[in-house]
Amino acid sequence: MSLAARVRGVGVVGPGLCGWAAAREALAGRAPYVPAPTALPAPQALPATERRRAGKCVKLALATGLEATAAAGLDPASLATVFASSSGDGENCHAICEALASDDRMISPTRFHNSVHNAPAGYWSIATGATASADCIAAFDASFGAGLLEALARLAAEPRDPVLLLAYDAPYPEPLHGARPIPDAFGVALALGAPDERAQGPLLRVDLVPARPATMETPGLEALRAGIPAARSLPLLALLASGRAGSVAIAYLDDLALRIEASP
Amino acid sequence: MRPLLVSAATITSCLGRGVEATRAALASGTSGLAPCRFETAALETYVGEIAGVDETRLPAALAAFDCRNNRAAELGLTQDGFDAAVREAVARHGPGRVGVFIGTSTAGILQTELAYRRRDPADGSLPRDFDYRHTHNTSSVAQYVRARFGLSGPCAAISTACSSSAKTFASASRFIEAGVIDAAIVGGVDTLCLTTLYGFNSLELLSTRACRPYDAGRDGISIGEAAAFFLLEPATARANGDAVALLGAGESSDAWHMSAPHPEGRGARAAMEAALASARLGPSAIDYVNLHGTGTQSNDAAEDKAMVALFGRTVSCNSTKGMTGHALGAAGAVEAMACILAIRHGFVPPGVGTREVDPALKARYELAGGRREVKRAMSNSFGFGGSNCSLVFGRPREAA
Repeated sequence: MSLAARVRGVGVVGPGLCGWAAAREALAGRAPYVPAPTALPAPQALPATERRRAGKCVKLALATGLEATAAAGLDPASLATVFASSSGDGENCHAICEALASDDRMISPTRFHNSVHNAPAGYWSIATGATASADCIAAFDASFGAGLLEALARLAAEPRDPVLLLAYDAPYPEPLHGARPIPDAFGVALALGAPDERAQGPLLRVDLVPARPATMETPGLEALRAGIPAARSLPLLALLASGRAGSVAIAYLDDLALRIEASP
Repeated sequence: MRPLLVSAATITSCLGRGVEATRAALASGTSGLAPCRFETAALETYVGEIAGVDETRLPAALAAFDCRNNRAAELGLTQDGFDAAVREAVARHGPGRVGVFIGTSTAGILQTELAYRRRDPADGSLPRDFDYRHTHNTSSVAQYVRARFGLSGPCAAISTACSSSAKTFASASRFIEAGVIDAAIVGGVDTLCLTTLYGFNSLELLSTRACRPYDAGRDGISIGEAAAFFLLEPATARANGDAVALLGAGESSDAWHMSAPHPEGRGARAAMEAALASARLGPSAIDYVNLHGTGTQSNDAAEDKAMVALFGRTVSCNSTKGMTGHALGAAGAVEAMACILAIRHGFVPPGVGTREVDPALKARYELAGGRREVKRAMSNSFGFGGSNCSLVFGRPREAA
C-alpha cells in the first residue's frame, strides 16, 4: 500500500502557533518558538446566532480550514471534508454530565446538539455551504493519523475531488481534564489534492509501518506533540515548513506509524 | 464503487440476539419498544432496550474496556458465529489487513455520567476506577473490536450522529478500494444513556409513546440501542447463492442547520442520488427503501420530499424504527441489516407503529409489508449536523 497526495494548503492554530505563515518559521527553526496560550479566532464566517454557540473545536476547524483552503486557492464550498478529533466538545460534555448528576436534569438543547462529535462538521458546512461528504473520525491519540488515512483513501477513490482534512482537539474542563489531560487547543488543516503532475504543493507518499514516531527537537513543541492528539502532526508540519525533501513517521495506533515521504 | 460482499453479519437489538430473531421480528412486525425503565431516567417515553447487556462480561484481558456500550458490543460479536467468521478472515488476510470502522454517537458516555455522581466531595475529581480512554472516548468501541480480534491494521470510530454506522460502509469501501486493507469489520454500537434521553427530551423530539413514523400524529422518536457488525470483503468466488453485497454508498451534508434537516430534503436527496451513482443504478432498480423515518415531524417531511423527488410514488418504502427504535449511531447498521434480510429472505417489513400515513406525505409508504422478491434495497441514515448517508444493497451478481 502506498497512498499519495499533494499538500495544496495548510492551516494551523495552536499554543504559540497562529497561522501557517508565522508557524512555519518556528517549525523550521528559522524563528524561535515562543509558547503562548492558544488564541482562538472568532468564527466570523458563521451567522451571528451560530457564532455565539460555537465551541472551541468549531473555532479551530473554521480558522484552520479557511486558512488551508485560501492558501490552496480552493472554494471551501466545493470540498469533501474529513474531521478528526479525539473527542467532542469537552465543555458541553462537562455541563451535560454535571446537569445529569444533579437534581435538575434539564439540559440545554443547544448544548445537546453541540455535543455530537460532528458538530464542527455541521458548523463548517453551514458557514461555507459545503454540501459534499463530511467524515468525522475519532481514534483517541491516533486521531490525526486516522484522519489523514481517511482523507488519503477518499482521494484514492475520487482522485478528481480534493479533500480537506481538519484535525483538532481542545481541553476538557475539570474534572474530566484529570482523566484526559489535553493541555491546550490545537488545530491543523491540510487541503489535499491528488498527486497530479500539474498541481502545486509538496507531494506526500504515505505507508502504514511499524515504527517509532518522530519527535520535535524543541521541548515546547515536543510537549504539544506528545500532549495533544492533533499535534501529533507536528513532525509532518515541520517537514513541510522546511521546504526540503525528507521522511517522517507520524504516530498512529499502538506501534504503528504513518511513514510519510515528502518531496517539495 | 466495486461491490463488496457482506461475508458475515450479526445484529443484537431490542428485537433479540442474532439475525434469526431479528428476521422473525421484522417479518412479523413485532416491536421491541417498551416504556422507559432505563437506569434512573424519569421520562415519559418508550425505548428499545437490549435484554441482557448488563449481565454480559468482557474477556478478562479486555477488562479496562468494561462499560455498557462495550458489553453490548461483546454481546453482539458473540452471536451468529460472527466471531469465528472474523477469525477466518484474519487467517486469510492477516491481522494487519482487516480494518475496523465502527459507528457510534455516544460510545460509553454513560460511564462518565455515572462517574459524575461519584465525584470526590473534597476536590471534585472523578473516581480512580474511571477509565476515560477505554469507555467514554468515542473510539473506545472501535478499539475494543480491534483488540478483541488481535488486529493490527487501521481502526477508527466514525461519529456523525445518526448517520455514523452507515458511513462505516462507505469508509471501509474506500480503504479496500485503495488497497490499504483486504477486508473490514464495519457496523455500529450505540447504547442507552442519559445524555441522549435527556438531550432529545430537551429538543422536544422524544415521543411519549412508541414512535409512529410517517403517521399524521407522529410526535418524535423512541430511542433504541443496538450492536450490529458486518464483515466486508471484495465480491469474489466466495459468494454463494444467499450472498448479499454492498453495491453503492452516497454521502452528503445539508449545510443548513445543526439539529433540523433541510426542509426540502436537499441533503437526503443528494445522498440517495450519490448512492445510486456509486452503484451505477437508476432509481427504478430499487425495490425497497428503508427510510431514516424517525417519526419526528421534520425528518419525515423532509425525507418524503427527497423520496418523491427521486423515486416518485413508485418505490416501496417504510421505517423499521417502530420496531427497533432509533438506535442513533447504530441506526445505519440496524437498517443495513433490515435491507440485507429483506433481500435474502424476500420480504418487506411492515411499517409498525403507524396507524394512518400522513396524507401530506406522498412517498409509497408500506404499512402492511409482506413476502416478495427484493433484488435491491436502499437504506437511508441522516444525522444532526446535516450528515447524510445512503447505502444500496443487492445480490453480488446483480452488480453492473
